Amino acid sequence: MGKSLKVEKISTDVLIVGGGTAGCYAALTLGEQSGLSVLIAEKANVERSGCLAAGVNAINAYIQEGSSPQEYVDYAKKDAEGIVREDLLLSAAERFNACTEKMEKLGLVILKDENGKYVARGRRNIKINGENLKPLLASAVNKAKGVKVLNHVNITDLVTEKGRVAGAVGFSVNERTAYEIRARAVLIATGGAAGIYRPNNPGFSRHKMWYPPFNTGAGYAMGLKAGAEMTSLEMRFIALRCKDTIAPTGTIAQGVGAKQVNGKGEIYETKYGLRTSERVYGTVRENQLGNGPCYLRTTGITEEQDDALLKAYLNMAPGQTLKWIESGKNPSSQDVEICGTEPYIVGGHTASGFWVNTKRETTVHGLYAAGDVAGGCPQKYVTGALAEGEIAAEDIIKKIPEDFADFDGDGITAEYERILSLEKGMFSVEELEEAMQKVMDEYAGGISTQYQYNEKQLELAEKQIRFLMQLAEETGAADMHELMYVYELKERLLVARALIAHLGARKETRWHAFQENLDYPKKKDSFFCYVNSVMENGEIRTFTRDIVEEKYYEHKN
Amino acid sequence: MSIKINREKCRNCRKCVEVCPGNLIKEQNGAACLKYPKNCWGCASCVKVCPFGAVDFYLGADIGGRGSTMNVTRRGDILCWNIHKYNGEQVTVEVNSKNSNTY
Repeated sequence: MGKSLKVEKISTDVLIVGGGTAGCYAALTLGEQSGLSVLIAEKANVERSGCLAAGVNAINAYIQEGSSPQEYVDYAKKDAEGIVREDLLLSAAERFNACTEKMEKLGLVILKDENGKYVARGRRNIKINGENLKPLLASAVNKAKGVKVLNHVNITDLVTEKGRVAGAVGFSVNERTAYEIRARAVLIATGGAAGIYRPNNPGFSRHKMWYPPFNTGAGYAMGLKAGAEMTSLEMRFIALRCKDTIAPTGTIAQGVGAKQVNGKGEIYETKYGLRTSERVYGTVRENQLGNGPCYLRTTGITEEQDDALLKAYLNMAPGQTLKWIESGKNPSSQDVEICGTEPYIVGGHTASGFWVNTKRETTVHGLYAAGDVAGGCPQKYVTGALAEGEIAAEDIIKKIPEDFADFDGDGITAEYERILSLEKGMFSVEELEEAMQKVMDEYAGGISTQYQYNEKQLELAEKQIRFLMQLAEETGAADMHELMYVYELKERLLVARALIAHLGARKETRWHAFQENLDYPKKKDSFFCYVNSVMENGEIRTFTRDIVEEKYYEHKN
Repeated sequence: MSIKINREKCRNCRKCVEVCPGNLIKEQNGAACLKYPKNCWGCASCVKVCPFGAVDFYLGADIGGRGSTMNVTRRGDILCWNIHKYNGEQVTVEVNSKNSNTY
């Protein structure tokens, strides 16, 4: 009944799934250092896709003069209570500065002092105008030799053959076309997962969240379905944000040195500690103790500082500037209320994601992961995503197989056609998404339970997510855009299930707020290890791995 | 946080349709239209890419918005963020894209 799709078959040496920061930089590296054909498949448009769409205000991972990559590793390790991969952190940190210089050559504006040196913001950051960081990368990619970009194509499934990646299948979000893409190597760079939990603003502004609502955990879901190993999903990320606009707080805290104060005007940040998770936890606790609301104390800053903040926010989170101007009060005359966000899964901030070797190859041969989708390397941020894209690209150039693996994508295209032929069904994607977010919020440590949970609640969450997964199978799509929404829902549900399994497997509390298990409220030495998982016969199996201490890690089993 | 496209100013150049990271803007009767307002992230990519200042950014009432809107026009390297406040006041903040943030 007109539901059949046109199928376009493409062959490329390297397929990059996701044209965000990591994916674009990997493509540039491949273009410069090899003659391989490269195809970026991007759900939106590389010009503004990924988490840097609005811009970014600082390079947060930079090795300042007098510091060293190892010092960065030590900092990130301490912040994550030891659950990191030092080999990954070090190999990324060694490239932070070179990647920054490369971005400057591409046009990124970086603040310099009179001697031409970058101006530091805090211990590990430098000041930039990152409003156009993504367009700069996109423009370089569009000019790169051997690199093609397929915008508005949503990849849903990896195709593997005997433990090796063979390519991927996706569809156009605008036209009735499916894409079967054969590749000798695949880099997955789809970002992390937002929208798993009920957000701060669940109504009209539900998508006014910290992380892009379009990053649905597609990479984690595809990886799980393809048998790839995941790590540390339970190390969730909860951002400390300006209330309502969910704009960043670091620019205020570091830029003008604003302290976290409670409703009584007392500085509370020192009571709970300054680790990333502790800053969030402290804010939650102060509210619980009746000391809310919590603020960043900006009252009393100068007019010049006001002006600089208004401009800085326009370059990354314009809603906050509008909020100040709309209220008629600049930050110098009103403190900025802060809150924790809903939890996200994002490997650029915490250690969640694909389990990779030092060269960023996953446990599926020929499948690489870089950026927020890759695990083990928290606080890698923008420069870490660039570095990982480069590391993966260099290894692909070295090791790309001469031949293509056998490829069969027919079943996936047939599934698109099945969903397109289904009636709308009892429940819409939106309703099921809301149901999932409610379950996760109430039973798996969302905002409404102060990020805490226990095992009985996790059991309920697991059961209900399974029901929702069944219902999602019955949900149809009227057009290609709706087909994307159906897939996004299923991706989120699978990530939710894997996350519940990880949260249950870590029988301790390793990080306040990020992973706070009320049955085991203390940290345990026996859980100084990674919690990893694979999907087998539709079930998530979790297991632990010893902390990797060597400088080079290769998959053994 | 969301956007509204001013149909009077829109010339249907499709730049916003192209760049929206959520694929949320579609062409409708000869002008761009935000088809899924609740799915907007508020990244302002469309606001900045529009050559005609036709895309208005605003805060939803649920996050404290009072009805002010903000669009962008460009003067060379300068991005002019034009804010039309709910009380009739006009405020423009100019940001030179060649200058770094100082924070």
